[in-house]
Amino acid sequence: MTALSTRQIQGESMWALTWRRFLKHRLAVISLGVLAVLAVAALAAPLTAALLGSDGETVDLFNRFQGPSLGHPLGTDAIGRDTLIRLLYGGRISLFVGLTAAVAAAVIGTLIGILAGYFGGRLDALLMRFTDGVIALPLLPLLIVLAALDLNKLGLPDAVAASENISLYRIVVIVALVGWTTVARLVRGSALSLRERDFVRAAEAQGASAWRIMGVHILPNLASPIIVATTLSVGNVILLESVLSFLGLGIQPPIPSWGNLLTNAQELIWDAPALAFYPGVMIFVTVIAFNFLGDGLQDALDPRATDRRIAGMSN
Amino acid sequence: MTRFLFHRLWQSALVLGLMSFAVYSLIGLMPGDPVDLMITADPKITPEDAARLRELYGLNKSIFERYGNWLAAALSGDFGYSRLHAKPVMEVIIPALGNTVTLLGLSFTLALAIALPAGIAAAYRPYSKTDYAINLAAFAGISVPPFWLALMLIIVFAVILGVLPAGGLGTLGAGGIWENTRFLVLPVASLTIASIGGHTRYMRAAMIETLRQDYIRTARATGAGEVRVVFGHALRNALIPVVTIIALDFGYLFSGALITETIFAWPGMGRLIYDAIMGNDFNLALVALLLATLLTLAGNFLADVAYVWLDPRVSFREVER
Repeated sequence: MTALSTRQIQGESMWALTWRRFLKHRLAVISLGVLAVLAVAALAAPLTAALLGSDGETVDLFNRFQGPSLGHPLGTDAIGRDTLIRLLYGGRISLFVGLTAAVAAAVIGTLIGILAGYFGGRLDALLMRFTDGVIALPLLPLLIVLAALDLNKLGLPDAVAASENISLYRIVVIVALVGWTTVARLVRGSALSLRERDFVRAAEAQGASAWRIMGVHILPNLASPIIVATTLSVGNVILLESVLSFLGLGIQPPIPSWGNLLTNAQELIWDAPALAFYPGVMIFVTVIAFNFLGDGLQDALDPRATDRRIAGMSN
Repeated sequence: MTRFLFHRLWQSALVLGLMSFAVYSLIGLMPGDPVDLMITADPKITPEDAARLRELYGLNKSIFERYGNWLAAALSGDFGYSRLHAKPVMEVIIPALGNTVTLLGLSFTLALAIALPAGIAAAYRPYSKTDYAINLAAFAGISVPPFWLALMLIIVFAVILGVLPAGGLGTLGAGGIWENTRFLVLPVASLTIASIGGHTRYMRAAMIETLRQDYIRTARATGAGEVRVVFGHALRNALIPVVTIIALDFGYLFSGALITETIFAWPGMGRLIYDAIMGNDFNLALVALLLATLLTLAGNFLADVAYVWLDPRVSFREVER
């Protein structure tokens, strides 16, 4: 029998254990690195622009469709703007939309799921039928209608409806409005089983209010599924944003996003196929990284689920 | 069993009804109403004329009253005129519906024909090299932006190789069957690739779970061959959850069709909806959107039927879900 190491005796914090399990998922670790590099590159876009001496906005018709060069590492677009810098600025927008809309959707989903799961009964039936209804809808056509709505008719003041960044806020809101269903179902399922547990029963016996039980006793135990589902949905949101922007209904130029960079690219595929290549690669790499990250987090945060995952119950 | 299906049918009808009201209201919130469009077409219309026209067309009534009128007309078979196409809405929608059904039917069949065997192969030896490769490919399929994939296919096969058309629909009667099929290849391919990844992962997960069951061990113990174990005993049970999840993806498939049709100029429902919304064609957008919802719900209902057929226990469990 070998002597126990100090670590084994003292034990480890939950987060340290989680982190060690996470490190075993090689693809997830690589993805985390890739995402960190992407985020830093996007945040440092003005710096890169200054280094290269072009700003990604100035039109230079003498230098259209340039190939890669020192001044323009990825060449220039149809009106002579630097492709790399526009990609980096587009990344800021796409990552911002992906993160905020995913978090907003998670908040809505958590609220609906916890109410349905904790109260059960009629409220549960109503909310879950509603969720089923939303899931069954053809999402993209509906999003297109939502994106085409006249904000003035919704009663928003002109100052808001006509502001420069409105397309950015609008997309976050509409994606959040349709993207909450997965989280809601997950949270509801967990809340349903948590409310039968002894610690919840004990709190009820002590006279804790329903809100306190949901907020203090149930919610913290839902952290793992919520974190995993949110991470996975960031990828989906980035895909949705890019599709809508591509169709001309998402982020409006001159603000660049990976989706709207591809809009013009379709008309130009005969002249400049490379312009269609880069933004898509960026989307692809980002989305796959978020998906692997979510997968890794799932393994790390919920080791019991990993046993089930080997069995293949959850996915 | 009939009771279960009846309940589902009723539920679908309810969703469709609510949806028709929601979409009707939303469309009223889009920029410009029919009278605005007339004003842009004819500068001589005075504000008084506009007000009179609004009254004539009932545009000054409440949303509920207008919806009631529309619903009454729609139920009697009058769906109104399409502004863009200057034809009754149904005459525009029916050919488009045919094109979409062709596209979706082919891609759906092809995607299942690839994804189900791939999922089974991955599940047969979990965490093997084969499993790892299939899983990686599935993740890539889920993560690739579908419209970008379509663009890349166009670049490779239409721009660089020049072997397939970049979009459109072959003229019927001209050029024969092959000439017409050529127009289908790229749209079907991009739509198929977009859905293989998800389906493979569902199939893999369900199959791994099933292969761990006791009755599979029993089947092996009785000396049944591996082919018989996997396809005779496991497959049917593994398909139960897969059918449900894939049915929920019908709406997703339709969204994919919208993207594919827009990029490849394929005259189907998705493109029709997009053009109608963009072109302020309210009647057409409304009916087309509702028809798309109906299609999705019908797909879900078919899945329920398949579910009952695959899992006889459902009929005894009554309406559990």
